[in-house]
Amino acid sequence: MGKEPVVDFATDWDHTDPQWVNDPYPIWDDLRERCPVAHTERYGGGWFPTTHEMVSEIANDTEHFTSRQVVIVHNKNPELMPPAPIGGAPPITSDPPFHAIARRLILPAFAPGPVRALEGQVRALCAKHLDALAGATSFDAGARFARYISPGVISRMLGFPEEDEDQFRDFVHLVLDLIDLPTEERIPLFAPMTDYFDQQIADHVAHPRDDFTSYLLNVEINGQKLTPEHVRGTMVLTLVAGIDTTWSAIGSAIWHLAQHPEDLARLVNEPDLMPIAVEEFLRFYAPVTMARLVKEDMTFHGHDLRANDWILLGFPAANRDPSVFEHADRFIIDRAVNRHAAFGLGIHRCAGSNLARMELRVAIEEFIARFPRFTLDEREPVTWAPGQVRGPRAIPLRVR
Amino acid sequence: MKVVIDADLCQGQGRCFSIAPNVFGFDDLGNGVVLGDGTLTSETLKLAQLAMANCPEHAITIEDAE
Ligand code: HEM
Ligand code: SF4
Repeated sequence: MGKEPVVDFATDWDHTDPQWVNDPYPIWDDLRERCPVAHTERYGGGWFPTTHEMVSEIANDTEHFTSRQVVIVHNKNPELMPPAPIGGAPPITSDPPFHAIARRLILPAFAPGPVRALEGQVRALCAKHLDALAGATSFDAGARFARYISPGVISRMLGFPEEDEDQFRDFVHLVLDLIDLPTEERIPLFAPMTDYFDQQIADHVAHPRDDFTSYLLNVEINGQKLTPEHVRGTMVLTLVAGIDTTWSAIGSAIWHLAQHPEDLARLVNEPDLMPIAVEEFLRFYAPVTMARLVKEDMTFHGHDLRANDWILLGFPAANRDPSVFEHADRFIIDRAVNRHAAFGLGIHRCAGSNLARMELRVAIEEFIARFPRFTLDEREPVTWAPGQVRGPRAIPLRVR
Repeated sequence: MKVVIDADLCQGQGRCFSIAPNVFGFDDLGNGVVLGDGTLTSETLKLAQLAMANCPEHAITIEDAE
């Protein structure tokens, strides 16, 4: 589907425009200085605030902005979406007061203790894929490494067969990337995903086991089990929120290190730096941009927002705001004060952040232990995932 | 000096307990909690301040206690 290329992002932004997909940072910096709230008539109308302050304000204002739809598509079709306050994928699509209930249910599974228990598994998964690269002198670190880590973790967590991983990536692609398809074409594509989840749920009902799916089937709110829609919605969310995001973060970190031998050398020589470096990778290459819908007509910093306008909630843009971060446009591997918003702000703060941090840290540790020196292979192009979760997909490397 | 976490603001971003594990812990939802009564010593004060500066929700404060 051909789209008009964007000429001025201030009045006609599109986060799937090739210029944005390939390098959004100069665009955001320019908008932040010029606007700082950009507008578009695309997608049925929307706004893109670029300062940390405004992003934080919107993330914390659930009274005027709803999470009913958090991924921008062409047709908002509110009548097709499950209604607020629960939404299609609780808790990310839920508003208060239901949000807190749905969130409290899932937080224990992602708390630091349970996440720590998964570390050995993640290390083994990394080792398996790195073993397959032994002796290689050039390879695509996206296709051969980054993309395998998070699906492996999430499928085990949900209790899905490992061999279904390729299907999961298709599901995620459908929800996050295929947003330009007309609604009539897009909706039927969801059927195989819904069927797949229903099958897995049926299998878990018949054979309960110690995993997140069985947990969701058994957990109760005020003595009541969750509705099947709630169980399925939360499972889909875990899959969609848990795969592309971390994959993108791992990929961006490897892409950065391939171009900055001084940072790579520091991580190889100073393993204690890793937790601090992970926060800077998250700030500088934050992969996740969310969306909100405006509930009712309102004014926001002088702009007239209409009911059902989109808000593109740019946590990655907030992370580059020079009024909050010193040398915001510089990657500083040992940045001590780093109040980044990569995991969002306010009540929807990423429930999986402990898991994501652990996966990112372990994946980099294992990768650089095997490959302490590598650079980009200039013969091949780096490609980027379009849309609201951004990260490199092809990362051609040469081992030195 | 005493450190406190405002539980209404804390969203369990987890920066405090990784930066200053001697000062902060977490509950079973993964939200931050202050260990003990939060009294800071000259050794723990610096890390507590660093954690405060890194909390994305501005949920941590350090109070001058008499
Ligand atoms: C580096 C990797 C990740 C990043 C950058 C990230 C980022 C985010 C962001 C920005 C939000 C806020 C959504 C909003 O404000 O609407 C969010 C929510 C969420 N994330 Fe993540 N995420 C990552 C990995 C994960 C993982 C591994 C999981 C778990 C499987 C996960 C599960 C969730 C869930 C369940 C929510 C919804 C929380 C709520 O609405 O209360 N995420 N994530
Ligand atoms: S860093 Fe802030 S938000 Fe995070 S757990 Fe600690 S107090 Fe809570």
